[in-house]
Amino acid sequence: MSLKDKAALTGVGETAYVKGTPKTGPELQFEASLKAIADAGLTPRDIDGIIPIGITGNTAEEFIMNFGIDDLRLSAIIPHGGASGVASLQTAAAAIATGVCKHVLIAFGRNVTSGARAGQRIHTMPQFHLVTEFEYPLGAISPAQLYAPMARRHMELYGTTSLQFGEVAVTCRQHALLNDNAVMKKPMTIEDHQNSRMITDPFRLMDCSLENDGGVAFVVSAAERAPDMKQHPVYLSGVAVGHPDSPSSITQRPDMTRIGIAKAAARAFAMAGVTHADIDVAEIYDCFTYIVICQLEDMGFCAKGEGGAFIEGGRLRLGGELPVNTHGGLLSQGHLWGLNHVVELVRQLRGEAGRAQVKNATTGLVTGYGDQGDGSIAIMRRG
Amino acid sequence: MDTTKPAKPVPHPTPLSAPYWDGARQGKLMLQRCAACGKTRHYPQMLCSACYSTQVKWIEASQRGTIHSWTITHHAFHPAFADELPYTLVTVDLEEGVRALGRYNSTQLLKLGLPVRLRFENDAHGTPGLIVEPEV
Ligand SMILES: [Zn+2]
Repeated sequence: MSLKDKAALTGVGETAYVKGTPKTGPELQFEASLKAIADAGLTPRDIDGIIPIGITGNTAEEFIMNFGIDDLRLSAIIPHGGASGVASLQTAAAAIATGVCKHVLIAFGRNVTSGARAGQRIHTMPQFHLVTEFEYPLGAISPAQLYAPMARRHMELYGTTSLQFGEVAVTCRQHALLNDNAVMKKPMTIEDHQNSRMITDPFRLMDCSLENDGGVAFVVSAAERAPDMKQHPVYLSGVAVGHPDSPSSITQRPDMTRIGIAKAAARAFAMAGVTHADIDVAEIYDCFTYIVICQLEDMGFCAKGEGGAFIEGGRLRLGGELPVNTHGGLLSQGHLWGLNHVVELVRQLRGEAGRAQVKNATTGLVTGYGDQGDGSIAIMRRG
Repeated sequence: MDTTKPAKPVPHPTPLSAPYWDGARQGKLMLQRCAACGKTRHYPQMLCSACYSTQVKWIEASQRGTIHSWTITHHAFHPAFADELPYTLVTVDLEEGVRALGRYNSTQLLKLGLPVRLRFENDAHGTPGLIVEPEV
């Protein structure tokens, strides 16, 4: 049995993405959830599975109480940081394919601008305990400092450049300018990128994603119900999750330039029965510019080491061969743990992506990347 | 000690890692070696991933290796490190086949494969941290 086309994305919802709001994370998560459920043409009581993402929102029990759900059949926690949103699609599809659930809600919400920043947060998480014990006291505080050596090694081995990182950042910014719900509203040039201050070499400020507040949610429904629902159906054709070697320590990872999606991508493509050439649009997790390049390689769009050259010449820009992060990504739309990437792919495949619409987009992919390299990938098709 | 300065994070050793920190306080880099099959592992973990034995013999590393990668930090992610900026974190391939992270203490240009030596130095709180310097 395969999960191919067993589930469909039937509803999506987003709050405003902002820096600073009186609304709490749980409030933003509920707001986005109600929008996604309404978008699907459902009522909150129709939800029979819930996967809350992250630790800044509500528990499944809060959803039961606030939505008046009388028979929730599945709740799950997927603790893979930024890989969780896309990874949860696999869990939802499995629950649907086996008849456990009909409509699974996946939802995220947080208010970070009034709380601790990312650098301090990871040291409360069990999956970072080795970093916290052995590296934090030396001054390895933030995810940026953990991923920077991956990027530096890639540069030294393959000649990848900061200008190539800049192309990823500028691409995302160009796309964000087409999106009314993007945090960043000003144009960025490659010179702006090169002149932005060094955070932790080789990452400059403009290689780093945003910190902002917001909520985002989507509904995954049984495929056989999708044609009769409110929106044009978008089917989940392939989905997979992969963990890197040495998942809790990048320092100890045998190949520092290879992450979890390298194991997942082939499974997802095989399940969907499509090739790389079939991908019309790709929403790729972009906590840092280099991570986009690394994933393109690990997914097989090009060979290891060729990612820097691959993204040159506007290939990732709208109108290019492989438009990426058409909403602006974590780098310029907003950091919503990549659930905003899922929403954008659904909109692209419905033909509802506005000024960033990729013409005749029928097949696309979305990725997640989290903690220290957990990976997830979903391939979707327009019904 | 200056009490107005924000405190640095300190490690919280576990029963699994205590021998590492005991060694570090004596200037020795200690590594777990499987007592059943001889495989060296680091950071400390419960089981040998080759034979699943819990039996460990701690060995003293040579404290020599080569540079695997690095990052030079310019941003104060934590106030306790603000007056040390910029500082360089280096990942080192140890002779024993595992890696260590340390602070680079040299103006010599970093490159992959650069031969280095490691030593422990106590910070203001008495926490031993690895200092990495090029072989002379
Ligand atoms: Zn063993």
